Amino acid sequence: MPALLRIPTVLRPAMGGENTIAVEGTTVGAVLAQVTQRFPAVKGQLLNEDGTLHRFLNVYVNDDDVRYLGGVDAPVNDSDEITLLPAVAGGAW
Amino acid sequence: MLTVTSDQRDAMVATCIRALPDEGCGLLLGTPEGVVAEVVPSANVAASAKVYEIDPRVLLRSFRRADDEGLEVLGVFHSHTHSPAYPSPTDVRQAPDPQWHYVLVSLAAVPADLRSYRIVEGTVTEEEVVVNKVTTAASPD
Repeated sequence: MPALLRIPTVLRPAMGGENTIAVEGTTVGAVLAQVTQRFPAVKGQLLNEDGTLHRFLNVYVNDDDVRYLGGVDAPVNDSDEITLLPAVAGGAW
Repeated sequence: MLTVTSDQRDAMVATCIRALPDEGCGLLLGTPEGVVAEVVPSANVAASAKVYEIDPRVLLRSFRRADDEGLEVLGVFHSHTHSPAYPSPTDVRQAPDPQWHYVLVSLAAVPADLRSYRIVEGTVTEEEVVVNKVTTAASPD
């Protein structure tokens, strides 16, 4: 059974309009590579040029922030739920 | 238009005061009409007086809770400790969602100045904040 990717509202228009899609891949990097191949318009919002995670994107596997699981190397298993959420940040500058 | 209770307004200001000297921040859950149901304080993981970032764990929990309770994540509030309650260029550049309400709390003013904005494709528009007074029932003698 593939993993499930939850897509935030702001990325839905560029990702087929779906709330969730089924994805394949054994790591977060492999899943995001597959997603950016399918939806090239969002590549710059998900990954940096060097393939690392974009600074202003939070990626979770189930309940865990992948920054603490190895970033793009974080493992993904069948039936895992991967959630993308843009970072909420700003400031007085 | 953003509708809050006086308690929710006070909760946002209190979160920002507690975070001093850093910027304070949190999320707003509510209905699509802009009626706030819940103020969710967050740690400022940027730990800075000049920038803020919502704790990613609070962000995930808030989206899940909103889903479970039939609410939406309506927007975000944060403080400017020494500048007016108006979105900075950083706030505008990093605004993640054109549907959101962006609440600014300026602690440069006394009492704190709380304002709300929409940020759509880099254009900032202030919106009305309706504060409904909540009267806490007096405890019986």
